[in-house]
Amino acid sequence: MNDVVLGLEAVRKIYPGTPPVHALDGVDLEIRRGELVAVVGPSGSGKSTLLHIMGTLDRATDGKVTVAGYDVSDLGDRKLSALRAHKIGFVFQQFFLLAGESALDNVADGLLYTGMALGKRRELATEALDRVGLADRRHHLATKLSGGERQRVAIARAVVGRPDIVLADEPTGNLDSRSGADIVALIEELNREGTTIAVITHDREIADAFPRQVHLRDGKIEATTRPRP
Amino acid sequence: MTMTDTIPRSRLAPADALRAAGIGLKTRRLRSFLSALGIMIGIAAMVAVLGLSDSSRSDLLAQLDRLGTNMLRVEAGQGIGLGSAELPVESVAMVSRIGPVETVASVSNTDAKVYRNDLIPSGQTGGLTVKAADLDLLDTLQGQMAQGVFLDEAPADFPVTVLGSVAAQRLGIHDLTRRPAVWLGGDWYPVIGIMDTLDLSPDLDRAALVGYGAADRFLDADGIPTTLYVRTRPEFIDDVRGVMAATVNPEHPDQVEITRPSDALEAREAADSAFTNLFLGLGAVALLVGGVGIANVMVISVLERRGEIGLRRALGATRRHIAIQFLGESLLLAAIGGIGGVVLGAGVTAAYASYRGWAILVPQVAVVGGLVAAVVIGVVAGLYPALRAARVSPTEALRTL
Repeated sequence: MNDVVLGLEAVRKIYPGTPPVHALDGVDLEIRRGELVAVVGPSGSGKSTLLHIMGTLDRATDGKVTVAGYDVSDLGDRKLSALRAHKIGFVFQQFFLLAGESALDNVADGLLYTGMALGKRRELATEALDRVGLADRRHHLATKLSGGERQRVAIARAVVGRPDIVLADEPTGNLDSRSGADIVALIEELNREGTTIAVITHDREIADAFPRQVHLRDGKIEATTRPRP
Repeated sequence: MTMTDTIPRSRLAPADALRAAGIGLKTRRLRSFLSALGIMIGIAAMVAVLGLSDSSRSDLLAQLDRLGTNMLRVEAGQGIGLGSAELPVESVAMVSRIGPVETVASVSNTDAKVYRNDLIPSGQTGGLTVKAADLDLLDTLQGQMAQGVFLDEAPADFPVTVLGSVAAQRLGIHDLTRRPAVWLGGDWYPVIGIMDTLDLSPDLDRAALVGYGAADRFLDADGIPTTLYVRTRPEFIDDVRGVMAATVNPEHPDQVEITRPSDALEAREAADSAFTNLFLGLGAVALLVGGVGIANVMVISVLERRGEIGLRRALGATRRHIAIQFLGESLLLAAIGGIGGVVLGAGVTAAYASYRGWAILVPQVAVVGGLVAAVVIGVVAGLYPALRAARVSPTEALRTL
């Protein structure tokens, strides 16, 4: 139990409306330290909702969500922000880099809300850029990078604070297949180095590359594929 | 893992907040510059108006100081039923007997005209008059000679003239080294001096002055004074004014008109300050419009940057951090506008004041007030957009493409 980084128990998410939308309908999921998990499902299966709830950006209607050992329902908005600042890293399909900043500062922004001093943030960011293979692109503006490079910067930003878990939402969705393959390789490498990562994707091919796949359909987990021992 | 260890709080150091705000503006340079420009123009207008009015006031005070406020001007009253009243011949002597009076000087109108030369048609007087003047007129008016000398004992009885500044210009006399002369009362009069502008008696700027002796001998003038200039000891000026009319013309004190020329200068200043208030009002309107401009730009910015807001929330920013960042941007915009406006306003003041030959005065209240106004506008204009940005839900924000 000790090495469970993220736990969902009977999580449901209902969006009010007529009729109400059951985006998640009783999801149980455990992600352990060091795991690399793909959450795969067609669009409308509740993937994005699941990512938002796992990332504490949204709250479940009911059920229990624990992140890094904290029961999320006990925490207020400020505590949740703190949890995201220190324990969770995000990678998005649209990268979300700040156009006016260098690659280095974009990565350093991963630590912006931890209260760490700028010098230390940049020091760690330099290391993180090195880890994703962009040490020589450090001072390039985000707008001057290729799509694949941008996503590497975004990944470096997600891992710079060594979070308990990294949540990646369609990380290859805006990339050509070659850059996408590079990103998948990078994710596998970071995982080998010990980072816990959950990748949300609609792409079965990408999901097949990862050791464990959770298949989501209509807000329910349909099947879980685990690596053979 | 124990549940007792608590998560460290999300934090945003003030320096980091400022940096984040600065980057926000830097990425949208033109828009930032234009919206700061609105504030800049408003602040510049207010600083310049205050600076110029202070500079001109200080110039006026210096002028009053130099000219003194202890002078009275006495004339025969003109009005219905009075005809062209005259001051009694002995009025100069009478006035000089009033205790606190320091000096008295008189001028007397003549019927003579002055022309550039003898070929000018007699109707083209150029609005110039010829007056007989006392020898201490210049001292009494605290006037200065631009060139040459004033009337003196010896030349006062000879046909020579001293010109006022406007008269000299209209008669084309700029230089006395070639001993110019003017055609005055049917004869050539050498010009021995040109006076500087007389602030206390501008009518003499348009006069050619001759001595009483010369006026009597060559111009057939009656020598009855039309205007007296009286300097008193400053502390008794009101007392002197009180007895003046009865002293000058004991029979008809109501036909004597007494003015204090320095009052006219002060009245001019009062009129100027009415304009100052008007321009200040216009500056305030410009500032208000600038503030609305900033609010508008910030609202648009919040809509455009939902993705960034979502990202920052995912990186651990609290709602407060988001609000602080957007408020910081608006504050920074206004502060840039405010500083630029103060510099521009001070520059305009300096340029115009040195052009007018005034001392350059940019009042501290304008500088501090300008900056404070800018900051207040920044906060007010930024508050609503900042709160809106803080209220954006992170999931909504991240959903935008």
